[in-house]
Amino acid sequence: MKLAYAPADLAFRDAVRDFLATHATSWPKRSESMRPGPDQIAWQKLLISKGYAARTVPEVYGGYGAAPDLIKSRIIAEAFAEAGAPGGLQNQGVSMLVPTLLELGTEAQKRRYIPPTLTGELVWCQGYSEPGAGSDLAALTCRGEDVGDHFRINGQKIWTSSAHVADMMFCLVRTEAEAPKHAGISYLIFSMQTPGIEVRPLKTMTGQAEFNEVFFTDVMVPKDQIVGERGQGWFVANATLKHERGMLGDPNAAAARLRAITAILQRETVDGESLINNPLYLDRLMRLQARVLAMEANGLRLLTAAQKGEPAGLSNLIVKLMGCELNHQLAGLAIDALGELGVLYHGGPHEVDHGIWQHRYMFDLGLIIGGGTAQIQKNIIAERGLNLPREPKLAKPDAVAR
Amino acid sequence: MDFGLDDDHRALQASLTRLLQRHAPLAQVQAVAAQDEPTDPVLIHALADQGLFALLVPTDCDGLGLGLLEAALAAEALGACAAPAPYLGPVLSGLALTLGGDAALKKRLLPAIATGSLLPGLAISEASSGARRNFGVTASGGRLTGTALAVVDFATANGFVVASRCGGLFWLESDASGLSCNRLTNIDRTRSLGELQCHDTPALALDHGDVGQTLRTVENAARVLVAADTLGAASTMLTRAVAYAQERRQFGREIGSFQAVKHLCAEMASELEAARALVWYAAHAQDTLPDQATLLACHAKAHLSEVGTFVARTATEVFGGIGITDALGLHLQFKRIGLNRQLFGAPERCRVDAARAQGLIGQRPPYPAQAQV
Ligand SMILES: Cc1cc2nc3c(=O)[nH]c(=O)nc-3n(C[C@H](O)[C@H](O)[C@H](O)COP(=O)(O)OP(=O)(O)OC[C@H]3O[C@@H](n4cnc5c(N)ncnc54)[C@H](O)[C@@H]3O)c2cc1C
Repeated sequence: MKLAYAPADLAFRDAVRDFLATHATSWPKRSESMRPGPDQIAWQKLLISKGYAARTVPEVYGGYGAAPDLIKSRIIAEAFAEAGAPGGLQNQGVSMLVPTLLELGTEAQKRRYIPPTLTGELVWCQGYSEPGAGSDLAALTCRGEDVGDHFRINGQKIWTSSAHVADMMFCLVRTEAEAPKHAGISYLIFSMQTPGIEVRPLKTMTGQAEFNEVFFTDVMVPKDQIVGERGQGWFVANATLKHERGMLGDPNAAAARLRAITAILQRETVDGESLINNPLYLDRLMRLQARVLAMEANGLRLLTAAQKGEPAGLSNLIVKLMGCELNHQLAGLAIDALGELGVLYHGGPHEVDHGIWQHRYMFDLGLIIGGGTAQIQKNIIAERGLNLPREPKLAKPDAVAR
Repeated sequence: MDFGLDDDHRALQASLTRLLQRHAPLAQVQAVAAQDEPTDPVLIHALADQGLFALLVPTDCDGLGLGLLEAALAAEALGACAAPAPYLGPVLSGLALTLGGDAALKKRLLPAIATGSLLPGLAISEASSGARRNFGVTASGGRLTGTALAVVDFATANGFVVASRCGGLFWLESDASGLSCNRLTNIDRTRSLGELQCHDTPALALDHGDVGQTLRTVENAARVLVAADTLGAASTMLTRAVAYAQERRQFGREIGSFQAVKHLCAEMASELEAARALVWYAAHAQDTLPDQATLLACHAKAHLSEVGTFVARTATEVFGGIGITDALGLHLQFKRIGLNRQLFGAPERCRVDAARAQGLIGQRPPYPAQAQV
């Protein structure tokens, strides 16, 4: 156990703080679009060049190329949170596809796709879910027929976040019609410009079109656009899911949110009294702070285990469930603290922070469902973490729910 | 940076757990808990031999000079088997003496604590939980008057560290004049509580150094150790509930294959796993991150009280009817968690203290100096 900062660490922290102060004018604005704008891309490039984003991705693939260093990652996260500065991009490309390619992609795939993905210029979407295959993802039926040096794809995906703005998709298709459920899937990556792809946006309750239906009609994908082997898509997909769950439950995001909510409670007054002096709000804030601290500590434990190559066990399995629920509750407190101001939305007078807290409250509920629902997470924690018996219906050894 | 236990920590856990398996198996704990005077001299002796009471005592006073993380791991192991033995009283009194006693007093008392021959009770309830009703002692001219409630590790105590209502700390001999001691029976039969009634009772002020800081340090340590005890107790309840869910069959299948039961277990495990990291973090911070020590101690105590309460009731539920009986011994941990929740500040108070520690609200107002007896 070693958490205190050494003088060299403090110097590094000063450097990060200096950087953030010096460049405060280049912080990109929060963007409504799911596609990074020019100022976000410029900021991301600057962060990579300093090692504050894509820190451990090798230089040949457009990263900063540093060795994993727990204390530096922690200092960076803290300094950004403390300054309220926008951190490195987190999207399905950067946070999910890049680590998957690093782990399982070919050299050519890594060189071609990782650099523009890291800068935010190449935007990805995740084509997993289908109307008939949600929690039971391996029931997917989208077909990829073998036609010589291509797969010909026909079928439909749904709930595909960002598909309307994405350049590329990583997609699960059934290429081995005869194989058992989990053994017939391949993981393909292809351009959203490929002929035969139709994207129909779906509005969520936030009022924005955050995800889509995607239809494939005779979409031709070259065979070298596969990650892993034919029929191994389930395995590759689970590698991606692991990173997705880490992103969705990121404790640094919860910590940043907690700071913002603390500021709201200090700033907002009712009958002339600051809300922070209302013991009921304060108690809710403190309950949530304890949970944030616990998840931060759990995160440090996970990073240490990863760095030492030790199995993370339960502490890893709980991240998505606990983190998403925590974020949702944090947004709920912010709304309650704002009261009638907290329901103002869609622009207009007195709206606070562009209605972000309502947006988060709704969108976070989506994240409790997406990436494997809370109920599925509990199944996983119980079955893989605690060794409880599997569902009778999932008794087949390869039946791993997402 | 490194977050986790090292080999020394694991060795400490393992040796203590082995000792407790030998000297405090469930049947033994249940037998002790059923006695009128639930203490177990053989167990205390074995723990003392192992150096349990020496953990925090400085090496120049014959102690092991270890930190609060080690002490918290020990507390966790004791909570896990609901060991009927004193721990908080001697260890935290030793800490108060180390920080606030003069050299002569330390040389006299600390080696005796390290060997386990001196097992002081700790009477800081009025400072850490707040003074109830008219409880609390006031100090004047080296003499204490008033009643201290909820003195921990009372049954075996042969000396006391007492906090006055004004936040002073004192060493009180058990045979001091004008002192009367009353046992208070509590739900947890594995640890004892009592009250001290002082009538112009002579006591030694532990006023070496910054008294406020000493009290704060002891209170923080107390909160962390109690949180760790709850962590251990709750982990045992979860482990036993999971084992039962794997073995008990109804409707032709293990009850653990029913999602209603499976999800209860997953929720307990998720809460406890995150809480475990918080306890380690808070314990380590007491010795290494002074800026965060109070904040983390308050949150660890409050959060583990909530998680512990949740696990205590939920694990019991997994067992069905037999969970409510005393046949399985699960009630030992249930009650331990119940006592821990109230000791050294219930969660509501700890959360207010957490807010104070980061300047969100003003400091604790001073106690009304005068206790009416
Ligand atoms: C905001 C958002 C973004 C998303 N983005 C993407 C994306 O980019 N790409 C993509 O491919 N998908 C995406 N999804 C889809 C997401 O992965 C699925 O919605 C999710 O896996 C659940 O599937 P489903 O919607 O079909 O619900 P169902 O599987 O039908 O579940 C309905 C209910 O039944 C419960 N349930 C189902 N099976 C079990 C079981 N075995 N045990 C207990 N309870 C069970 C569920 O927990 C849930 O409460 C997104 C979803 C959301 C909400």
